[in-house]
Amino acid sequence: MYQYVLKRLLLLFPTLLGAAVLVFFLMRLIPGDVCELRMAGTGAYFDKEALKICQDELGLNRPILVQFWEFIRGYATFNFGDSMYTGRPIVEEIVLRFQLSLQVAIMATITAILIAIPLGTISAIKQNTWIDYGVRAFSIAGIAMPSFWLGILIILGLLITTKSWFGAAWMPPIQYRPLWEDPVYNLTMLIWPAVATGYRYSAVATRMTRSAMLEVLREDYVRTARAKGLLEKIIIRRHALKNSLLPVVTVIGIEFAFLMGGLVVTEQVFNLNGLGKLFVESVTNFDYNMTQALVMLVVAVFVLTNFVVDVLYGWLDPRIHYR
Amino acid sequence: MAANPAYDPALDAPAEKQPLATRLMYLVRKQPLGAAGAFIVLIMVLSAIFAPVLSPYDPTANDFAAMAEAPSGAHWLGTDQFGRDLLTRIVFGARTALVVGFASALVGGIIGLVLGVASAYFGGRFDLLFQRVMDVFMAFPLIIMALAVVSIFGTGVQNVIIAITIPFIPRCARVVRSSALALREIPYIDAARACGYSHTRIILRHMVPNVMAPFLIMITAFVGQAILLEASLSYLGLGVQEPTPAWGLMLQGGAEEYAESAPWIAIFPGLAITLAVFGFNLFGDAVRDVLDPKLRSQ
Repeated sequence: MYQYVLKRLLLLFPTLLGAAVLVFFLMRLIPGDVCELRMAGTGAYFDKEALKICQDELGLNRPILVQFWEFIRGYATFNFGDSMYTGRPIVEEIVLRFQLSLQVAIMATITAILIAIPLGTISAIKQNTWIDYGVRAFSIAGIAMPSFWLGILIILGLLITTKSWFGAAWMPPIQYRPLWEDPVYNLTMLIWPAVATGYRYSAVATRMTRSAMLEVLREDYVRTARAKGLLEKIIIRRHALKNSLLPVVTVIGIEFAFLMGGLVVTEQVFNLNGLGKLFVESVTNFDYNMTQALVMLVVAVFVLTNFVVDVLYGWLDPRIHYR
Repeated sequence: MAANPAYDPALDAPAEKQPLATRLMYLVRKQPLGAAGAFIVLIMVLSAIFAPVLSPYDPTANDFAAMAEAPSGAHWLGTDQFGRDLLTRIVFGARTALVVGFASALVGGIIGLVLGVASAYFGGRFDLLFQRVMDVFMAFPLIIMALAVVSIFGTGVQNVIIAITIPFIPRCARVVRSSALALREIPYIDAARACGYSHTRIILRHMVPNVMAPFLIMITAFVGQAILLEASLSYLGLGVQEPTPAWGLMLQGGAEEYAESAPWIAIFPGLAITLAVFGFNLFGDAVRDVLDPKLRSQ
């Protein structure tokens, strides 16, 4: 077990290094850089000398391998550098937005669990009935519906209902306030993006719950439980659901790692100043340092989540052994 | 078998002896959701092909006399903020969606298929290295990859296809590799090797055809995902560019600005995306049920 954990943790490094190479060279393939954007972006005349000074200052004129080496060395010593666009430390910029994105992600996960587990279970119990078809259609719709469109619909719905009920159109607030400072304000702001992301997220989990439940309901121990005359309610709750939740945990974990990508679009719709928005801005602003930091963060979260899910899986199901 | 109420003895007869309608009816009964999906896909393909015949309007012509008009007899789904007929743009948008969807699913799927099978076939260090590379691509945020590709090559349909294809390759390769691993141990692969066939021949002629089931399942799922991704990219302004009609793009410009006064601009293109992806997913699920015997009973 310890060997397995160690091996998995060590695998983090080649993956991170690969991602570092990928993002580093990918970003530099994009024509232009932050200095050109700053000076020529407006279309006005600019001094070639000033451009060179700016590039020298940011170290963009150094040989590319030297730049790459500096990047890796910086990360190895936990020195993540400054944003090339705003000039502020990367860590500061990220921490500022991390809170918001993490809260949306957690709220979306809770929404997903609340939708997925009951619906998936009912769908499996009532297999091949109209309830089952309904739930399946609902969950496939969740995968099919672009979360940004759901976001637009939610905003639209809020505008129309508040206007007809209270006479004035109401929009969720835009300025972020932490949950512990102003919980009502915070929740009225973030519940909508969480639902928009969470519905999509729930779709995958619902399907997983359904198929896991179906599998478990076929197991011998469920037949035994039925044979000894247990109430169906108890069989489902105590015997089947508990065991079918294992793969659901995996899916929820893996999807959590993918949430980051989904947030990029949702934050755009709700105009939230989170990590997703920062991500898009950093790419369009040629802020190499920021994009690199965010990619490394997302990749690390992805690998670690997968790792935690695997370990959790082994812990929840004693039949699984890792070597 | 006889105890199974859904069992129809006529089905044991060779398939081509039955009239098409009977076989279709059987599919509809057995896979109602899949049939519904196939129906949606069919409508989408037909409207994409016959787009100019179906609509009297030009999808790119502005009509400033009819800006943001509500749905009416002349404009069934209304017009957008430039007076373009929404239904026309949605019908033409199906072309963009299908081209991007099929092209990226097929290209990404096929590259992934060959790489995945090769990785399983060669095994050893090549496989290990290949797996690590795939790990990186899997962990790399998809939307950022697409963003970077579009920034490098510029926007436009071909580049959107490239941007969406790249993340599909590792996803397909991984699934195909796991099926191919089991295949490698089967004696006919040994036999082919003993015959002195080249690696290329063994991979392409002996292994690839045997991983078709998971491959087809992946492909049908990819088409829907690709349509969704294209819409997201276009919505972010990184995909297909104006005036090309594309669903995601239609939601970008006026949709939010006019949300209150002209909600149809926001509603219908999104509905088209949802319906299309919904159709492909239902169809894909049915394909999986038919092709994967392990899941068939469920």
